This record gives sequence, C-alpha cells and structure tokens, in this order.
Amino acid sequence: MEKFYISDFCSLRNNRVFKNGEKIYYDVTSESIKDFAKGLYKSLDLKYPKFHKMDELCKLGFLATEVLISHMEDVDQDTALVLSNRASSLDTDRKHQVSIDDRANFYPSPAVFVYTLPNIIMGEISIKNKLKSENAFFISEHFDPEFIANYSQVLLQTGKASNVICGWVDLDNDKYDVFLAFLSKKGKKELTKKELNNLYNQ
Amino acid sequence: MRKVYLIDDSIISPLGFSTQENFQNLQENNIGIKEVDNNDIWSAPFYGSVVDNTKLNEAWNSISNDKNGDYSKLEKMMILSVSKLLSNNPSLDISRCGIVISTTKGNIGEIRKEQNDKAYLGSIAKTIQGYFDLEQTPKVLSNACISGGLALAIGKRMIQAQLFDDVIVIGGDLLSEFTLSGFFSFQAVSAAPCKPFCKNRTGISLGEAAASAWLSADKNKINGEVISISGDASANDANHISGPSRTGEGLYISITKALKEANLRSEQIDYITAHGTATPFNDEMEAIAFNRAGLQEVPLNSLKGYYGHTLGASALIESIIARHCLLNNELIASVGFEELGVSQPVNVITKNESKKLTRVLKTASGFGGCNVALIIEKLA
Amino acid sequence: MAELQEELKEKIIEQLSLEDVEVSEIGDDDPLFGDGLGLDSIDALELIVLLEKDYGIKLKDPKEGKAIFESINVMADYISKHRTK
Repeated sequence: MEKFYISDFCSLRNNRVFKNGEKIYYDVTSESIKDFAKGLYKSLDLKYPKFHKMDELCKLGFLATEVLISHMEDVDQDTALVLSNRASSLDTDRKHQVSIDDRANFYPSPAVFVYTLPNIIMGEISIKNKLKSENAFFISEHFDPEFIANYSQVLLQTGKASNVICGWVDLDNDKYDVFLAFLSKKGKKELTKKELNNLYNQ
Repeated sequence: MRKVYLIDDSIISPLGFSTQENFQNLQENNIGIKEVDNNDIWSAPFYGSVVDNTKLNEAWNSISNDKNGDYSKLEKMMILSVSKLLSNNPSLDISRCGIVISTTKGNIGEIRKEQNDKAYLGSIAKTIQGYFDLEQTPKVLSNACISGGLALAIGKRMIQAQLFDDVIVIGGDLLSEFTLSGFFSFQAVSAAPCKPFCKNRTGISLGEAAASAWLSADKNKINGEVISISGDASANDANHISGPSRTGEGLYISITKALKEANLRSEQIDYITAHGTATPFNDEMEAIAFNRAGLQEVPLNSLKGYYGHTLGASALIESIIARHCLLNNELIASVGFEELGVSQPVNVITKNESKKLTRVLKTASGFGGCNVALIIEKLA
Repeated sequence: MAELQEELKEKIIEQLSLEDVEVSEIGDDDPLFGDGLGLDSIDALELIVLLEKDYGIKLKDPKEGKAIFESINVMADYISKHRTK
C-alpha cells in the first residue's frame, strides 16, 4: 500500500502560533479573538480585504491555512480539505439568533447568516488558494485522529486528492483550538493516527 | 476496488413515513409543500413542507423502546427512519455498521434555551448511539446543502477502503425559524410552492425530512435488482461563499470525475435528479454545468417542488428516490415547472413517464461553493 | 444632504466590514459595485437590510437595489425621498 506523510503541521492556541513544532508568532496584548486574528493577518502581510468580512471561525481556519502553506510556492488545485470541530458554526449561529430573537426588531443579516455553516471555512480557503477540490466538514466531540487519518488516506489512495489539508478548527464561547496538517506523498513523518494525534497534542 | 451497493432505504417526510409511501405520492405528483401557519416558525403564513407533529408522535410511540427519553423532533424522525430500515432487514446488524449522519443545522432551535447541549450537532450522534446501544459514536457530516449526497459518497469510500462492509447513512434537518429567517434575508424564499428551472420561479421553499440508506459491499444482501453507486466526486467552485459559480465549475468537475470513476460517458446517463432549488442563480449554474458536460438532452427533474429544500436530507432523499426510479423504470415529473427559465437548454421532465432506466446522475450544490455528483447504476 | 452622505459612508464601512477603507476614500459618485469598492451580492443584500433597519425603507423587489446602490449620491437621494425614520 502506498505511504503518505504529514509534511507540515501548525496550530493556533492561546494567542500563540506554532508551525512544525516551532513558535512563530505570539501575541501578548490581544484580548479578543478578533484582535488576535487581525494581528496575525498583519504579521503574515496578507493583502486580502475579504478577510475582514469573515466570521471569527473562518478567520482562524483561513489564517492557519496561510501559516501552513506559507513556504509553498503554490498548492495543487486537487488538494482536499478535511476539517472538523465540536461546535460547528455555533459562535455565529448565536449572532444570527440574537438578530431574530425579537420579532419587533427583526433584522437578520445575510452577511451573518452565510457563516452559519461550518463548511464555509473551506469555501474561504478554496477561494483564496484556488482549490477546486474535495471538501468535507465533520463534527465530533474531540479531534478524531483515527477517522480523519483514515478518510484522508482514502482520498489520497483513490486519487480523489493529490494532497490533503486536514485538522480541527473549533471556536466556542471565546475559546478556540486550531490544528492543521498538510498530507502528501513526501515527508518524514508517516501518516498514522498515532502521529497525527501526537502532533495535535504537541 | 470493491463495488458498493444500495441495499435498502427509508424516508420520513410529509409525503409519508416509508420510502414506499413517499414514492407512491411522487407517482401521483402529490406535493408536501403547503401553506404553513405556525407562529413558532414564522410570524406570517408561508409555504413550506413540514412533518405533522401528531402523526410523528403516534409513529414514535408505536416503535420507540424509550418513550420517556428526551428526543427532539429531528431525533425522532432520524431514529424512526433507521428503525424502519432495521425492521425491514433482519439481516442488518447496526452494531457492525459504520454510521454517517448528515445534517446542516440539527436541533438549532435549541440555542434559544439556556441549557442547550442539544444545539451541538454531536449530540445527535450521541442520542442515536444511545438509542441503538452502539459501541462507536456515529460520524457527523455538516457540509451545507450537499451533505446528504456527500454522506453517501463518504459511506461508499469507507466501504471501498474496507473500513466497514456496511454503512448506514442518516440524513435530516428541520424547517426552523433560524434557517427560514436567513433565507428570507437572502430574499430567496418563494411566496408560492417553488418552481425549479421555471421561468416563473420566485425562489426556494424549505422543507423538513429525515432518511436512512443502507450501503453494503455484499450484493447478496439485495433482494431484487442490483443498484450500485458506481461513481462519486465532489469539488469546490473556489469562487464565492454564497453565489453559485457563473461557469458551474465545481459541479462540472464533480460530474466529470464521477463519470470517469464509473467509466461512463455523458450519453450513457438516462436521467438526472438535479439540485434545482428554484433560485435563479442556482438553476442557471446547474444548466451551464449540465451543458458543459454534454447532458442537456438527458431528462431531468428537481424534487424540491415536492419536498421543498430539506437541506441535509435533500440529496440523500433524492438519491433514494433515484434508486426507486431505476427499480420502477419510471421518470417523475418535475412539479412546478411550466416554461424553461434558464439560459441554456435542459430537458425538464413535465409528466411522469415509463422508461427503461439504467443510470442516474444525482447532483447537489451548496453554500461554501461545494458540489457533489453521484452515479447510481442498475447492474445487469 | 452632505451629512447623510457622510453617515452612509460610515455605515457602509462598518456594516460591510471594509476594514481598509477610509470615509475620505469613497467619492460621492464612485460606483459602489464592480470596480468601485468591489462589493458583492451579499453586500447588496446587507444594504437592503440597512435601508430597512436604519431608514424604514422596505424594497418591494430586491432588484431595485441595483439602481439605488449605484453610488453614495444616488443612495442618499433615494433615502431622503423615501425614508420613514
């Protein structure tokens, strides 16, 4: 059976950004996720006005992807996205709910509603990086390295994807946890559930 | 790579509490969309397709092994559909199956409550795990309007990768104030039952439903003609998060790749069961993609005129109905359609017709720019 | 009128999250869509909500928006003629 590898990985946690195990960004001042995301956006020197329109969950997933692939010249358009989290889009769902709680003051916002689906993160990443690829968004109680590794492997083995960006992008009640891995045919770390789990827990 | 077969299925919708009842209603062109006057969902009457609570609770009480448990409407509908699948198939051992649950918003109405654990999509998996006493927690897929079709593709892939020999795909969503208000803010809700691909269409109708399908690697489990999912693919438009691609790019790629996997050419497709939401941009995008793929002459329908858009259930239900169209060699009219309302030709089915059918293309597209295509095939 | 135009520019920047745009950068006659501010279909829907929420104007047909949202001047003119709050 053909072997696949975890060629790069990154995480966004507690105002810190790690790539391949190294701390590459630390924000000591930001108290909100919005400010942390904006600071990281600036430090990555991205010129992408659409970023400011995204909800916080998308910003986190989008930025993590930019960190993950920042050293790559370009990413193959058949690079699949296999993401997961616990809280789906509840952070934005609550905002939409507030806008419809009062029937006398009922102004749901289309720009909020469009983010009430977790897979929109993959839409934003696909638009930025021109990925016309397989997408799937799974919900689980905790990061499920076994299933994510298995499903990603299926995509790679069957040729449905050339590479896979997989991971966990969760945001709930002002707490976030983001971990992404780039899976490909090259690398030193073999793709196994154990390895993926180790890197997630690093 | 091993083949994956569709063995049996079960639909819980306003058009009936079994696939048979649903299919019969479609054969009679009965629609589930009605004027709904329910202040819990909307302050004014609107057109939608809703499951009657009294009827659901009766059915629930007659099958449930946990009548005093705390189950939401959606959970009851999902469990009911799985229970029917199990009781119709004594050989199906759910404890050995992989389970994929497809839903976009689950029990989203629960976020209004202070104690709102059920608003988390994972809670549905826990509920189903508890009800059927399963060792493993079912996987939950939430991928906008393509969820039901993508869940079938994922089930197929899990079987092909030999992770499981059997998979049950469960799909479901409710018609809630949450989603309805959002589609209203998009100016996308039709003031009458929706009219996919029609010049006189004015937007979508929403609906609610749940369904289950049993996929297996073992064709000996089939009682009757053999139906297989012989190709599947999904692709993102990489264009816009809510507006469908003007070129139908992602859908075109999905169709091309699914055909390639099934080793088929477009002229070998007998019937297309399209997404057909009846918004101008969606229908137009689909027509463009079908033309690019050389499928403009293939008879096509959208079942949204019967069920409304049932979100995470829709592509699953439409695939199940496709299986029964193949088994019955029958095309179902695309209800609501009068006159072509897209810029490219498509061959919309205007009345039911008996026709020998071998291969169906099922497609779906959704927010986030996602698209999916499945080839469902009757094997000789 | 000039006051309404300033107000609209501020609201548009805020409501449509145009983080990198300053009020002074939006000309009264600049096209809002297309090459102008680069607004898209969601922004157009958001402006329809803004008209209703802040000025009490409910568009009967969302397609009307296309003409009304041509520029700040056209929008201000329409609002001053039709506002109910």
